[in-house]
Amino acid sequence: MKVSNSLWKQRLEGRIEPHLAAEIDIFENEVALRKQGKIDEKVFAETRLRRGCYGQRYDNGQRHDGVATQKIEFPTAGTKGPNTLWDAPGMQRIKIPFGGVNAAQLEMLADVAEEYSDGVAHITTRQDVQLHFVHIEDTPALMRRLASVGITTREACGNTVRNVTGCPIAGVCRTETFDVTPYAKALAYFLLGHPDCQDFGRKFKIAFSGCRTEACALVRMHDFGAIAVERDGRRGFELYVGGGLGTVPQQARLYTEFLPEEELLPLAQAVCRVFARLGEKKNRNTARLKFLVSKLGMDEFKRLVSEERAGLPFDERWTSWIADLPSWREEPLKPAELLEITPVRPDGFDDWRRTNVYRQRQAGYATVTIALPLGDISSRQLRVVADVARKYVRETVRTTVEQNLVLRWVSEADLPSLYAELRAAGLAEPGAGTVVDIAACPGTDTCKLGISSSRGLAAELRERLSERQFVMDQAIRDLRIKISGCFNSCGQHHVADLGFYGVSRNKAGYTVPHFQVVLGGQWRNNAGSYGLAIGAVPSKRIPAAVDRITGSYLSGRAAGESFQDWVKRVGKAACKAMIEDLMVIPGHDEEPDLYVDWADARKFSIGDIGVGECAGAVVNPIDFQLAACERESFEAQLALEAGETARAAELAYGAMLHGAAALLRQLLPTVSGDPDQIASLFRSRLVDTQLFHDPFAGSKFAHYFLQAHERRGRAVSAEQAHQLVEEANLFIEASHACYARMQSQAVGV
Amino acid sequence: MKVLDHLRIRIPADADEAFDGGLLIPVFHRWIQTRALSETLIDVTDYRHLADGPGVLLVCHDAFYSVDPHPARRALLYTRRTAMAGAIEDKIEAAYEAAKEACGRLEREPEFAGKLRFRKDEFEVSVNDRLLAPNTEATFQAISTPLRAALDRRLGPGRYTISAIGEARDLFTVAVRAVP
Repeated sequence: MKVSNSLWKQRLEGRIEPHLAAEIDIFENEVALRKQGKIDEKVFAETRLRRGCYGQRYDNGQRHDGVATQKIEFPTAGTKGPNTLWDAPGMQRIKIPFGGVNAAQLEMLADVAEEYSDGVAHITTRQDVQLHFVHIEDTPALMRRLASVGITTREACGNTVRNVTGCPIAGVCRTETFDVTPYAKALAYFLLGHPDCQDFGRKFKIAFSGCRTEACALVRMHDFGAIAVERDGRRGFELYVGGGLGTVPQQARLYTEFLPEEELLPLAQAVCRVFARLGEKKNRNTARLKFLVSKLGMDEFKRLVSEERAGLPFDERWTSWIADLPSWREEPLKPAELLEITPVRPDGFDDWRRTNVYRQRQAGYATVTIALPLGDISSRQLRVVADVARKYVRETVRTTVEQNLVLRWVSEADLPSLYAELRAAGLAEPGAGTVVDIAACPGTDTCKLGISSSRGLAAELRERLSERQFVMDQAIRDLRIKISGCFNSCGQHHVADLGFYGVSRNKAGYTVPHFQVVLGGQWRNNAGSYGLAIGAVPSKRIPAAVDRITGSYLSGRAAGESFQDWVKRVGKAACKAMIEDLMVIPGHDEEPDLYVDWADARKFSIGDIGVGECAGAVVNPIDFQLAACERESFEAQLALEAGETARAAELAYGAMLHGAAALLRQLLPTVSGDPDQIASLFRSRLVDTQLFHDPFAGSKFAHYFLQAHERRGRAVSAEQAHQLVEEANLFIEASHACYARMQSQAVGV
Repeated sequence: MKVLDHLRIRIPADADEAFDGGLLIPVFHRWIQTRALSETLIDVTDYRHLADGPGVLLVCHDAFYSVDPHPARRALLYTRRTAMAGAIEDKIEAAYEAAKEACGRLEREPEFAGKLRFRKDEFEVSVNDRLLAPNTEATFQAISTPLRAALDRRLGPGRYTISAIGEARDLFTVAVRAVP
């Protein structure tokens, strides 16, 4: 904790907007009261989340060091939330609406990253900035300093309207209908702290895009997504609602083809009010807007929103900003000058220019992408970006959902000198928007939910692919890789050509880090379609799996055939066959490296489990049974792919049923094959006892099976079958985890 | 200067091309396993992908430890995160001692035997708090007395030089060099 914390309030007096200053004062008091035990820990947890203060891995004071679980002895007693110790380092999420930042803000981010964190700022897949290893008592001073340059952390986490994202090249894009920036900004600040947005059961995400076919804002995976359209010379939005990734991804559905600009704010308010009033509150696993839209159906949802909209008391803020729209424009700093053709260019300039420079629709200007490995940038580098933002452009910088930064309005003639300055700071990595530009969530590095090391894998793939990026075929270079450390999709693995999410498998008493391989997702068309998992591969073999799949694509594609089309044509069974041998886990002594995750040295484990007499020699029948469930689930995917909806649903349910039976047989060897008996025993022996409970998701996965059991035999739509297949995959992953817990309990870990 | 905490000590290393920063990962994990340091050790984070980052970071409750992987800047960085007891000169000495101890441990680890040597004739002291210690001449004047007191005790009077370095926006930093 900084000695200077208490001094910042006085130092920054008059430099923070009064309402922001008052909010931070209140939060500072709440921190003090919680430290004294005068606020309930659950209440404080939600309070701090709404200020962007999130928990981090090991904040319960327990850490497995590869041999045993050790207690982390923090000096201060007390908690900042249930099972979250006061002194445990936390993550601070910082909202950057539509990704827009200026030079002073970049410098302030550099300062607070250096003074309160580890000197590294992380750009997220939703254009936020995150700092890690922050002490809760430092957060009020950190927030004041950010507020002094116009940045808020309010509602960056928690059940709130999260950061409003927007296309980072809006306004300079060659294909957009119009610049969505002022709209994203207006909605972001209208809903920030709005009374109608304080009682959600879950988070609410908003995105804006200027084009239907591009990918810059991924509108269709958001709760509320707006695409710019014009009708009869009027500006408006094609509006989508109820999208989301998470464990069971759902594409947003079209709400209206044209929402006039003046209706944007009031309609969003009406949607928020309906969500707050009717959205699930008790079960957070079904509390996102997508579940409400599915439950009500779009017609009824629209009727309720229209009714709500009609009854809203008039608010002049709905349209007061529209009068300023004509004056909204960014100005360049330098005159437009074209790049001179010279015989000698700086080393690496041409490769960098090919991938990191976007020709703006304004002739003579370019947008430059600063590709950040894993979304990370150091404090020193942030200051360099601030310098070049002042020197070359009018501080027009934005964060991107690809975890990069862009500098807009660079005069093309300045590109070589800008490149040289970025290169000197290690900021001129080429490959932006290509296969080496890998997005990854924090995963096991800092996230409490991470299963496998998404950042470790991303760093490894980036290094390997970068080495050959200039010799690889363009078709491979154009692919996108996205990695999540678990099923929660923060790395957006569903919308990548090659997506991965962290899981684990057990082998003779050891736990092996794995990633599920997800193919067929579509990044373009605003996240136009979601991929499905084809099988789990040990983490250390994922680079080999990437090579196999991309190699097969390269050799087998038809002329001009996209990766998605190729996956669709050859089928998931053939794709799985390409990597099937990699999925077989050798014994620990045979290949011990597979039992350690990327960028780690610890034996990957949930405890000191099962290295006993049978290790490596005897395979428990449940291993075979769960493998059979995975096969069944995969067959469900194939059926889905073939358009056999009913069969897909039946197979997905069967996979869950057999998984449940396999687990039950660990407790009751005589369990029959009767589905009703399995469901009943599953509920009493595994759900009620909480044996099947996921530490973070609770009984969510168990209910996937129980609901499927109740609904079995009913007709399902293609969308419902797709969801059932997703649920079956997750249920099987949860079964593996449950089995691992059973084993560790058996040996008393 | 009445209050000064959150010191940062940077001890340069002699560059050795054979040095593999990735080996810090098993070393730091081992330090946690064996509780090698007398403070609360938490975790290891890998930032080697950053061209200008801290490399591999050992996260402790009281401090971060890292070795800058860049050959031209290779150094151990000890970044104090919590308040320290005693007078300012005691804090400077304690921070330097913690950094020096880590250097010694690293040099003795089998992974780095003969490949990592930290300098004993120079180091830098920074204050990771821009409000209490802006990078100005006034701060330099204010810290000179306690810094010299600490250095006199450790190196002997007149056996070193000190100079402020860096730009105004950088952390306040003093370079200390032993007089040959």
